Amino acid sequence: MADALSALFRRRGTKPWVGLALLAGVLLILPFMLAQAGTTWVRVTNLTILFALLALGLNIVVGFAGLLDLGYIAFYAVGAYAYALLASPHFGLHLPFWVILPMGALLACAAGVLLGAPTLKLRGDYLAIVTLGFGEIVRIFMNNLSQPFNVTNGPQGVTLIDPFRIGTFSFAKPETLLGLSFSGPIKYYYLLLVVMVVVIAVNLRLEDSRIGRAWMAIREDELAAKAVGIDTRNVKLLAFAMGASFGGIAGGMFAAMQGFVSPESFGLVESIMVLAMVVLGGMGNVWGVVLGAALLTFVPELLRHTVEPLQKGVLGRVVIEPEVIRMLLFGAALVLMMRFRPAGLFPSRARKREFAAGRGPEVP
Amino acid sequence: MDIFLQQLINGLTLGSVYAVVALGYTMVYGIIQLINFAHGEVVMIGGMVALWTIGALAGSAGLPPTVVVLAGVASAVPVCMLLGWSIERAAYRPLRGAPRLAPLITAIGISIILQNVALMIFSRNPLPFPQILPNPVFEVAGATISLVQIIIIATCLLLMGGLTLLVYRTRLGMAMRATSENPAVAGLMGIPIDRVISTTFVIGAGLGAVAGVLNGLYYGIVHYTFGAMLGLKAFCAAVLGGIGNMAGAMLGGILLGVVEALGTGYIGEMTDLCHVGFLSTALAERCARDGHVVLFGSNYQDVFAFLVLIVVLVFRPSGLLGERVSDRA
Repeated sequence: MADALSALFRRRGTKPWVGLALLAGVLLILPFMLAQAGTTWVRVTNLTILFALLALGLNIVVGFAGLLDLGYIAFYAVGAYAYALLASPHFGLHLPFWVILPMGALLACAAGVLLGAPTLKLRGDYLAIVTLGFGEIVRIFMNNLSQPFNVTNGPQGVTLIDPFRIGTFSFAKPETLLGLSFSGPIKYYYLLLVVMVVVIAVNLRLEDSRIGRAWMAIREDELAAKAVGIDTRNVKLLAFAMGASFGGIAGGMFAAMQGFVSPESFGLVESIMVLAMVVLGGMGNVWGVVLGAALLTFVPELLRHTVEPLQKGVLGRVVIEPEVIRMLLFGAALVLMMRFRPAGLFPSRARKREFAAGRGPEVP
Repeated sequence: MDIFLQQLINGLTLGSVYAVVALGYTMVYGIIQLINFAHGEVVMIGGMVALWTIGALAGSAGLPPTVVVLAGVASAVPVCMLLGWSIERAAYRPLRGAPRLAPLITAIGISIILQNVALMIFSRNPLPFPQILPNPVFEVAGATISLVQIIIIATCLLLMGGLTLLVYRTRLGMAMRATSENPAVAGLMGIPIDRVISTTFVIGAGLGAVAGVLNGLYYGIVHYTFGAMLGLKAFCAAVLGGIGNMAGAMLGGILLGVVEALGTGYIGEMTDLCHVGFLSTALAERCARDGHVVLFGSNYQDVFAFLVLIVVLVFRPSGLLGERVSDRA
């Protein structure tokens, strides 16, 4: 069992195993500790995990395969809207989540292939712009598909979305088990934790798989990868499709947790936020990406709770809004990381080597 | 009123602004193969600075409006040039020779930072751009063209002409072309590459500043996010014309403006489901009641640029006038 687990997480020796057990323990009691500080923090943690899922999906595209996708949030949106429309009073449909989530993933995957097929032969920077444009198009459609037939309900979004439900067990209602009271967010926390462990395991195994190595070969030198017989087009398409389906799943969970979706949650800013998480953690580094997501969700939230009262106390008014600080943080993360630690806070070995090798004496 | 001619005029106005912004992208791309994502933000800041100057001058002294607007331009251009220079110096230069993805990600970061700094300095809300120029409207064959539109088109044509002269008739232009051809060899020939690259950024940013002012004059409103969308569309225009190619950027900008204006003008009518109202009785009833059942209205305006971009990249990645883009991944 222990062997199987450590193989799953690519850990060897006994010491990391102890660390992992400790981490698991902390993660298990975390929501109850946070609930002492307020349910808000449990919600923030849930959001963190959700963003970590998204960032892990984007990591497949940007980190493993080296394809810069600036419209990644569109796949998240597809998943979220799929869930919202199929499990809300908007169309009067109330399908169970285990039907919709795979459907959302499949839809997002289809969208990824649709976008990727014609564009993946392009060079990296063009791809970035095309994906950006795709993200914008999806958002414009979500905003406007309320006329003449009301599909998305426009800027108002879809409300009253069903929570996850298995039989009579609903994730939204509080419940008492073994003397402990489990509030809605705490239940979602455990669900998200399970999903994240699965996704991390999948990512780690992917990284070492034949496909993963093919992705990295393409990232490092596409021509050479082609020369050793990798079908670069299909392998890149696979990265795109896989990243997209992870985004779709995360989107579905987001819709169920919030109970509300609107186009506002799926703008360019969100795409860039997820990208900042991947970059901060180190592109291609699974644990780093999770850390990046945690940092970039928690720190702005902490700032929101400290900076505003501080400014009011010292200056008497709010000079810099917390939202602006959040965005400046993302921007600074992108610029400074590329300048000083291009391979991330905790770079993976291969990535470090690549960035070091890339800085040759060659002019521009 | 003739819709076609009217939209053509609007498209030409829009397109000439796109063309000037697109020149900023294409020059930088031509010389260091970088998509300068922050260019749209520079344009926005140009508009904002001009707004400040014009607002300050228009209220107090009895200066003629033309002078006030020129003062706005004169204040925006140096600010943007300095900004363009600093961005290149601080963010892009240290990353020369790094993998392609690195400067691109930096550019996105810079763009986010500039946008939020602008939000802090100016405002979260759309600001009205003082409409102080007299704006008589002329009738041309059933359509109308305003003085501001004429000024915009004329200014853009002048700028494009001036830039062409600069690039093809001066020593600096020759150095720029040489650097874009092959920086290493250009360096060996004694061209100060770093200075040439800086100058390219500065010129691009200066053009952007003027475009920002023109955009403000045309729409009468500026917002801290307008640069992002304008920048993206201008980039699409640059790709349409063939990125790295100056004539291409001009052609692409004007074409894109015209496509967007005509598309917006006609899409509502073209996707009116009442043309096929006979297909279903429910639809026919709705048509009888409302007159139109428009599937895609003019609110899809922003989609055209991206559709053009995707179509161009799929069928002719080198653009209309571009040379074959070599695959220096």
